[in-house]
Formats: sequence, C-alpha cells, structure tokens
Amino acid sequence: MTNLSVFISVPLVAAFFIPVVSRKVKWFPDVCGILTTFLLLLLSLQTMNQETVYSMGNWPAPYGIVLVLDGFSCLLLIVINLIGFISTLFSFEYIERFYTSKLRYYSLFLLMLAGMNGVVLTGDLFNLYVFLEIASIASYALVGFGCYSRELEASFKYLVMSTIASSFILLGVALIYGRFASLNIAHIALLIKQYGMNETMVFSFVLLLVGFGVKAAIVPFHAWLPDAHPSAPAPISAMLSGVVIKALGIYVIVRLVYNLFGMTPLISNLLIYSGVISMMIGVLMALGQWDFKRLLACHSISQMGYIVLGFGLGTPLGILGGAFHLFNHSLFKSLLFLNSGSVEYETETRNLEKLGCLSQKMPVTSATSLIASLSISGIPPFNGFWSKLIIIIAAVQAGKPVFALWAVIGSILTLASFSKIQRYAFFGHGRHFDESTHKNIKEVPGLMKMSMIILAILCTITGLLLINGTNGIFSPVVNDLTQGPVPYIEKILGYEFTNISGLFGN
Amino acid sequence: MIYPLCFLLFLIGLYGATCKKNIVKIILGLLIMEYSVNLFLILLGWKKNGIAPIIDQSTSHEVFIAQSVDPLPQALVLTSIVIGLGVLSLMVAISIRLYQRYGTFDITEMNKLKH
Amino acid sequence: MNREKKTGMSLIVQTVTRWLKGFIFMFGIYLAFYGHLTPGGGFSGGVVIATTFVLLTLAFGRERSLSKLGKVLASVLDCSGALLFLLIATLGILFGGAFFVNFLEKWFPSVNFRLFSAGTIPLSNISIAIKVGASLFMVFIILAVRRVVEVGGRRKLISTEFFETSEKRKDK
Repeated sequence: MTNLSVFISVPLVAAFFIPVVSRKVKWFPDVCGILTTFLLLLLSLQTMNQETVYSMGNWPAPYGIVLVLDGFSCLLLIVINLIGFISTLFSFEYIERFYTSKLRYYSLFLLMLAGMNGVVLTGDLFNLYVFLEIASIASYALVGFGCYSRELEASFKYLVMSTIASSFILLGVALIYGRFASLNIAHIALLIKQYGMNETMVFSFVLLLVGFGVKAAIVPFHAWLPDAHPSAPAPISAMLSGVVIKALGIYVIVRLVYNLFGMTPLISNLLIYSGVISMMIGVLMALGQWDFKRLLACHSISQMGYIVLGFGLGTPLGILGGAFHLFNHSLFKSLLFLNSGSVEYETETRNLEKLGCLSQKMPVTSATSLIASLSISGIPPFNGFWSKLIIIIAAVQAGKPVFALWAVIGSILTLASFSKIQRYAFFGHGRHFDESTHKNIKEVPGLMKMSMIILAILCTITGLLLINGTNGIFSPVVNDLTQGPVPYIEKILGYEFTNISGLFGN
Repeated sequence: MIYPLCFLLFLIGLYGATCKKNIVKIILGLLIMEYSVNLFLILLGWKKNGIAPIIDQSTSHEVFIAQSVDPLPQALVLTSIVIGLGVLSLMVAISIRLYQRYGTFDITEMNKLKH
Repeated sequence: MNREKKTGMSLIVQTVTRWLKGFIFMFGIYLAFYGHLTPGGGFSGGVVIATTFVLLTLAFGRERSLSKLGKVLASVLDCSGALLFLLIATLGILFGGAFFVNFLEKWFPSVNFRLFSAGTIPLSNISIAIKVGASLFMVFIILAVRRVVEVGGRRKLISTEFFETSEKRKDK
C-alpha cells in the first residue's frame, strides 16, 4: 500500500531543495531532478491495481481533504510520472542552450509535477483548484522560460486565457459550496443524487466545463495552445502537450461528468460534437503550418478531440478507447516534441522550409520520429492504430457512424500532415534549404537519444496492452467510470454514511 | 440581491480582460474578476448579526454555533488571495519584460508570433 | 523625488521609518506567533514582515534593505520556510500515521487559550511567515529594480541590477 501523499510531498521537497543546495553544488539540479522523477515513476508503477482513500491529517472524508486513488487516477499518475521522467532525461543536455539557470528550470518543473499529481489524486474541489493553480503558474513561467519576445508573448496569452478559466472554475466551486456547503466531490455527488440539480447547479456545471475546457484546449477555447506549446523548451512542450492538457483538462472534465454530475444524453452529445469539431479544426490548422513545433501543437488539439469523442460516447468501449488514446497520445506526442527539440538543438531552426536531409545525419531522431508519425496517424502495428480503431468501433456501436467517418477522415488528414514533416525535414528538403548551413550537423548527445529511444520502444509495444490479462491499467478505468457516481461515493464516504444520508442536507 | 451584483462585477472584469488593448488594463480586469469571486465566497458565509468565528473564553460553544459566520469560505478566500498574488506577480513580471522588448503596453503592436 | 540622488525619500519619511520599522517588524512576528489564538497567522504575519523591508527600500533605497536581507539569504529563507512546513507535515506520517497530523498534541495536550496549545499549528505558522516574508520581499525587489528612463527622446525601461546580463542578448 503506497502512502499517497508522497506523490505531492516528494516533488515539492525536491523543488524547494534545489535552489538551496545548487548555489554551491553545480551538478545538483540535474541529478536531483532525474532521481526525483525516477523515484516518482517507480512509486506510480507500484500503485497499479490499488484502490486507496487517504485522509490528510486523519480527518475523515466529508470534513477533511482526501486523496483518492482509483483506476483513472492511477492511469494518469503513470502517464504524468513516465513523461516527467523522460522529459527530465532529455532536459539534462538540452537545457544547456538556455541562458536562464538550470535550478529555476528544475524547480519549476518539479512544482508543475507536484501540481499535476495533486490534481489527479485529490478528492476535494477546492484542493483541486489549488493544485491546478500550482501546475498552471509553473507552466506559465516555463512557457516564457527562454525570455525572447515571442516566448513572453505566448506566455502572456496563455496566462490571460488560463487565468480567466481559473476564475470561472473558482466561481463554479463557490456556487457548489453555496448550494451544498460541502467541497468533497463524493459528498457533493451524494447530495446531488438526493436533491437533484437546480438552475444554480446547472450554471456552475457550465462554468466548470468552460473553465476546464480552456485548460484542455477543446475547440472554442483552443486559441492559446498553438502559441504556448511551441514557445516552451522542447521537454516542456512534451510535458504540456503530452500531460498537462490531459491532467488539468480532460481528467477533471471526465471526473466531473462521470463521478460528480452523472452522465446524461445532453452532456454526451455536447462532448461528442465538441470532440469531432476539435478533431477536424485541429487537423485542418495543422495542415497549413510550416513551423515544426506549431504543427505538432495543432495536432494536440486534434488528438484531444479523439479523446473527448471516446469519453463522450459513454459506452464501455468508448471509455476504453478514450483512456487508451490518452495514454498513447501522451507517448507519441511527447516523442514528436522531443524530436523537434533535437532538430532545433542541432539546426537552430524550426522552419520546415529551411530543413532537409536529416535522415542521414541524425538517424536516431529520424527513425524515432518516423515511428511516432506512423503511430499518430494510425498505421497498424503501432499503438495509435489500436486506440483509434477502438474509438471508431465504439462510435459505430453507439449508433453514430457519421462520427466514425469523421474520425477516419481526421486520421487520413493527420497522415497527410505528418508525411509533410517526413518529406521536408528528414527525407527530402524544403524550398529554402541551404546545404552549407547543414554541414556540421551530427546526432544529438547520449541521454537525449536514450529518452527518444525509450519512447519509441514504448510506442511500438503498448499496442500489446490490450491483450487480455495484461490490460490491468485500462479495465479499472472502464469499471470506475461506467458504474456512475454511486461506487465512487461509497468508496470515499463509506457504506454507513451513504445509508444515513440526509444528515448533512442543506 | 447582492449576489447578482457580485456577478456584475465578475462580468465587468471579464469585459476588461477581453476587450481592452492595454496590458495594464487587462491585468486590472483579471484582478477584478478574481476579487469578485472572493467577494462572492465571503458573502456565502455571511450571517445577519453574526459574530467572528473565533472562540474565546467568553463565548460558549452553543452561542458560537448559532451565531458565528461560516469560517470555511474565509479560509478559501485567504488561499485564493495568495494564489491571486502569485499570478499577479508573474503577470507583472512578464508585462515588464514585454515592455522591455516592445517599448509599449499595447497588445496590438505585439505581433511577432504571427507568421 | 529626485532620481539622481540615491538616498531615497525626504528626511521626514526617513525619520519616521527609522522609528517605526522595529514596531512593524515586531507586529509581524506577533501576528505569526499568535495566529492560532487571535486573528492573524502565517500569511498575514509574513506580509507585515515583508512590508518592513519594503518600507526600508522606499525610504532609504535598495542598498539599505539589501544589506539587512540579502538576495541569497532571502532566497534560502524562502525555500527553507517551505521545507520546514513540509517537514512538519511529513513528521505527521512518522508520529501520527498520516500527512499533516497534529502529532505534538499527544505529548502537549492542548489547553485552550494558552500560547503553547495548538500542537503543530504555531510551528506551521512560523514557517509560513518566514516563507511569505522572504518571498514577498524578493518579488518586490525584483520588480522594483527597473526604471523608465528617456533615451534619445524615447522612453525605455532598463533594469538597474538584476538580469543585467540578459539585456545584452539580442532578439532572434
């Protein structure tokens, strides 16, 4: 049994320890960062198939803050800490090229990690808001880490939109507290089951959906993402696209919809339509981009559409597809961002028109990016194919074949835009390609190579996770979400409390 | 009656944050939004003729439970003020850097991101 | 206020500051120490402590306040306040079985309305006061080092002390 508070306390301790020590010891930030994330990865792998409720300070559930570990939070914990570990491995050599010091980078990185671990573990609405803000503030600072004017501009844009979203979320939480005088998610779910929704609750649900929709970059609220994600350093882009929009956005939306307010056909339709629209708009935006990282960022919007579509269908197969695609997307999108980071590290440019012929000079980067491109476009042996296939089958089974058709079209357009990357950057060359600037290019240093190879291997083999017997990560997710709020309430509040409910009404 | 006024304040802040062109005005709009939500949270715990939620030797527990205002929203507001302070200082720092780069606070002139 | 002189504000302000700074500092410490009994607590105490240094900066200039609380010391205090708070929370796991357990309550049973009564709460308040005081002072001093000057008929913002090397870099 893992003590759940370590996922929050360990990165926080490391984040505050780094600035104290590393004024004297120069190698400390790297080593401490890598060791901490590796420890967190081991701890998160240990939580598989566990279900725990941990009361902070021994205060029981509706009064104190609880940390809840169930299948869905376990999946997110593994994703966060896996990508966090690989990003720190990549940062070891990559971050040397920035002027701003390493200790600030690792400190902010670990703060962001602590915030996200808190968001996926907590069972308390206001505590969720606090962790959300910790992760968000760290990510604003990391987006503007390079301190060039473009990065600052993107950071400010992200900051303004995300702060508006946070205000919406806080207002939604305040409205819920005003109605039920409770902040525990399970307790609120119980009270909603007893007293039903009224206009205030519907309003607060809409506020929360809009707020977390901005954090997840679902289409009407996506404007910040194509600016913010490319501007960050490459490992941070990998974290932002691979993990942050999922942990702060999709995770909370799914948790609220399935475990707090309960799934209704209206919400289901809302999620499905917004998912399909984001899928198409994201991929159409991506087709016209010439900036390597900006193209990848636009694809994040599109792939988030697939995940929202999967979860919005509400059937067990749809949830399985959504969760699996969430896992896969975090792997291959992080890999692609790390590839773009190594290309930028060597060639100092991200413009696809100026790149070319990198497949001979950077074989590892080229090969891994080919694997990731095939995965994201859904080519059979790789993981992206299986998750997209499940989502499409689920859409057909749920009686919505039109959306399955849209998903197929989105996948084909994804393949088109990734063949553009392969054509211009790796195998062919762009219009403004200049042979003389590309003479001294060699493969990136060891740890950067290693992190990309690990992710490429994971991309290749995680398709096997679906085979019966090894799907220990995904079947608890499906079980947790399909059964609706009641098992969640009973798990946190205990059976007796649920039975004598009405004690704390109004 | 007073709750809709809070919401009106929230909308004023939203207008300021979304429609103004000056960075300082945007920051002020965001602050107005945050503080309207804080005001709303404090008002949730309000009680007519309530006393401060502090127990001292002269108040018995019964009187305290019957009369004191709800202390939990006050704790929440304190937390959200601290968070607001962190976001504000980061916003000001970034806007100072932006002024350094562009020599202006007008966001319409900051267009290096567009290709 | 004359920007050329480095001595800060006028004589009246400086004299009043000289008298008041100790009282303000003591009041901040009082707020932090009695936070579990009266209104106040770690955050408000820390803010009041930070205002002492802000007042010193405004009245006498940056050098005076930085000589009392240097940048490195403030940064170390900032981090160690947070570490102390986490240490108190983690000791709860060792002695009480869960994060943030008030473990001192077992050995020092709480008698109401005494100074040493609330277990770990006063300790947490003190560590938060250290953290907030140091970090707010750092935020103020970092944001206050920039000035608008006229360079060739155009207003420019320059930094005087921090990040001076970062200004030399050119944009892409």
